[in-house]
Amino acid sequence: MWNYIPHTREDKERMLEALGIKSVDELFEDIPKEVRMERNYDVPGPLAEDCLVRHMQELAGKNLHLGNCACFLGAGVYDHFVPSIVDAIISRGEFYTAYTPYQPEISQGTLQAIFEYQSMICELTGMYVTNASMYDGASSFAESAFMACSATKREKVLCSKAVNPEYRSVLRTYTRFRGVEVEEFGYKDGQVDLEDVKGKLNDKVAAIMIQSPNFFGVIEDLASIAELAHSKGAMLIVSADPISLALLEAPGKLGADIVTGEGQALGNPASFGGPHFGFLAATEKLLRKMPGRIVGQTVDTEGRRGFVLTLQAREQHIRREKATSNICTNQSLCALMGAVYMSAMGKEGLKEVAKLCYNKAHYAMDELAKRGFKRAFNAPFFKEFVLIAPKPVKEINEKLLKEGFIGGYDLSGQYPEIKNGWLIAVTERRTKEEIDRFVGIAGGEVR
Amino acid sequence: MKKPVELIFELSKSGRKAYSLPACDVPEAGEKIPEKFARKIDARLPEVFEVDVVRHFTRLSQLNYAVDLGFYPLGSCTMKYNPKINEAVSRLPGFLRLHPYQPEETVQGALKLMYDLEKMLCEITGMDRATLQPAAGAHGEMTGLMIIKAALEERGEGKRKKIIIPDSAHGTNPASASMVGFEVLEVKSDERGNVDVEDLKKLMSDEVAGIMLTNPNTLGLFEERITEIARIIHGAGGLLYYDGANLNANLGKARPGDMGFDVVHLNLHKTFSTPHGGGGPGSGPIAVTKELAPFLPVPTVEKEGERYYLDYDRPLSIGKVRSFYGNFSVMVKAYAYILTMGPEGLREVAECSVLNANYLLKKLRDYFELPFDRWCKHEFVISGNRQKKATGVTTLDMVKRLIDYGFHPPTVYFPLIVPEAMMVEPTETESVETLDAFAETMISIAKEAEENPDLVKESPKNTPVARLDEVTAAKRPVVKWDFEA
Repeated sequence: MWNYIPHTREDKERMLEALGIKSVDELFEDIPKEVRMERNYDVPGPLAEDCLVRHMQELAGKNLHLGNCACFLGAGVYDHFVPSIVDAIISRGEFYTAYTPYQPEISQGTLQAIFEYQSMICELTGMYVTNASMYDGASSFAESAFMACSATKREKVLCSKAVNPEYRSVLRTYTRFRGVEVEEFGYKDGQVDLEDVKGKLNDKVAAIMIQSPNFFGVIEDLASIAELAHSKGAMLIVSADPISLALLEAPGKLGADIVTGEGQALGNPASFGGPHFGFLAATEKLLRKMPGRIVGQTVDTEGRRGFVLTLQAREQHIRREKATSNICTNQSLCALMGAVYMSAMGKEGLKEVAKLCYNKAHYAMDELAKRGFKRAFNAPFFKEFVLIAPKPVKEINEKLLKEGFIGGYDLSGQYPEIKNGWLIAVTERRTKEEIDRFVGIAGGEVR
Repeated sequence: MKKPVELIFELSKSGRKAYSLPACDVPEAGEKIPEKFARKIDARLPEVFEVDVVRHFTRLSQLNYAVDLGFYPLGSCTMKYNPKINEAVSRLPGFLRLHPYQPEETVQGALKLMYDLEKMLCEITGMDRATLQPAAGAHGEMTGLMIIKAALEERGEGKRKKIIIPDSAHGTNPASASMVGFEVLEVKSDERGNVDVEDLKKLMSDEVAGIMLTNPNTLGLFEERITEIARIIHGAGGLLYYDGANLNANLGKARPGDMGFDVVHLNLHKTFSTPHGGGGPGSGPIAVTKELAPFLPVPTVEKEGERYYLDYDRPLSIGKVRSFYGNFSVMVKAYAYILTMGPEGLREVAECSVLNANYLLKKLRDYFELPFDRWCKHEFVISGNRQKKATGVTTLDMVKRLIDYGFHPPTVYFPLIVPEAMMVEPTETESVETLDAFAETMISIAKEAEENPDLVKESPKNTPVARLDEVTAAKRPVVKWDFEA
């Protein structure tokens, strides 16, 4: 007997008898003999629950985690505080053991929560519509390129080199097979190099794609880039850090046509890179070009407010090969974590988090600058910044690790032109004491 | 009956808060955000206190149906029980709180788990290598098709731009093919519900990249001529893609690799018990033959001696399809499930899911139209056509009535080749008593359709809301809260 399978010997006999067969094997006789599996899988188990827990604890115990070290690493995933109510809510079986809300009468919980999530993301980004979530920041960025191509009937996008290298890598994969051309443009003092963009922009370009704050943590001048894009009939696509939007102007107000981003910072644990969620928000004009699920408000037969999946004629289960995207399962529960987080932090809390990040990051930058690290860019930054280390970053990070710190991202692999470039993230979780010790250890490496 | 819940924005009251943050312990930054970049008007997030948040979302949760509440026979979705222990172990801080760019020597346990899970999934599918990167089934389909396209281009056969998909296929199949720039050719189903092999032969040419198949297919029927199909496709230079949505029926019984498939996707959130989360996160690993392994996304997880590491140096790789390594917490849950079940347990899963489906079909077959009369696998398709013709009561009406009796409806109006389709997948985690109760309810609804059609047409009655106006929702979309109203 198995604890997840209820069939007793008598149950099976009764069921076989009802079917008029002697053995369950008869139900598998239509599988051709040459492909029938006649042996057991060579996989471990079965393990009793307590043995499984010990095994899993042993594996987990081999990992250093953010609960027992101080993390100054960001580069797309951030060690933000997550209130305990987030896990309490998403641990309710009514949420996590439900399917996609195709039957609205018995899915109002999920549907309304997504509607609230959509409303909050639209507030932060200043956009008209957002969907119920995408896989992550990278894939939402890539899908937004297709939206822009479809809306402008053009087949080329320009992408900033100061966009997260993971996002650019995913963009390259997605576009390569779809026949969309990607041309990259450079950065100057850590920001979009407008002259380079001007040289590459023409009426074949569907969109200019940027990130702000960008991979270097630098805040981009969205309004100027939007104006440039629109002057040639191209769109502006911005990938944004949602925490930063508590302090930074909503991209929608500055002319962005599509705003995407990674939602991890909104109440999702680091999880070794996933699951998190991507968000994708757009102007009203692009409503019917949106990929994925969208929840809309309506009324029932008795006039009561209710919520449904709407505009489904865009989607794969209706439109098949003509759908705006193939996305089906998204990251709904992670988006719910985002909604609970945004509800808990609220209007003031999210600003407070953003201000803490901003002040602590600037304090850390100032202190490191006093110890022989040079600021790479003078442009304004939010919670992440690039320093030029006096020696290879790897060596400094190794020293820090020995002292219980996870050091910043080593830019040497992706940005060899920034010699000894060190990308450091400071969230609200870092205390002054941690920053001072970090600075002390890193500064001790400068000789 | 549960009442609708107010929106969180309607609870908002200026000055309330549901968080506590430490005071700022560093001096305020001298450098200010330049005025032109600074936000002028605050984002109107709700202002509520902690009890409001907890009650609000708890009340919302109570408006949902879920596997933890009852029978959820949603065809092709494999709504099996989601074990609690998997949730618990996935939340161990040594799994949950890892930064993806931590030095490899600090995440050896996580890399070992991924390495071992890849091995297990390869053994289960009969393939050589796998990637755990895709975030969902459709994402896996797209990744698998990219691998096929890249491999064909590498062979100098870039002219193969067409992909064959059965008329019974999931909508994601043709949509994924489009995402990758393939043109879709539809192959018909034959009178036994299988791929029409004669039609398939006619479609084959040197422009065909391959075929996407679900086996058992979406009718719940095993493709009996699968080895012949594989010979036809391979013989003409094409490749076979396996949609793993229905793998539950094959566990310990038949492996896609042995059937001749070159690329296989798996849905960890179906076959391997990880929860659906109201629409994700899922996980859609891809397993491939050794010939296609060089094209897998980067990075792969490799082992050298006792050390595990990430390998980005794979020149033929298609690149990345999402950031980092995939939905890691979902992998942890699937890994825990495989270890819990072991090889005998996994075979028991397939046998009991198939036994359950056939038993339920036997109980219902006299009351509904049955488009294909054979042993089914883990699911079956019946039709509400008889009721619709006789009384005007549709499949949609009947399944809405099921809700009043406490069941989740089956998948409806799919596959497209069966009118008024109901696709029922009981899974192995349901007892004979549950199946009996469901069958009795379905039979009584069929009677109600004859005797009191309006009752069925006006259902459900016992839900927080009645049927919703989806037409107006799409015509005049309201997709966010109106703060000005």
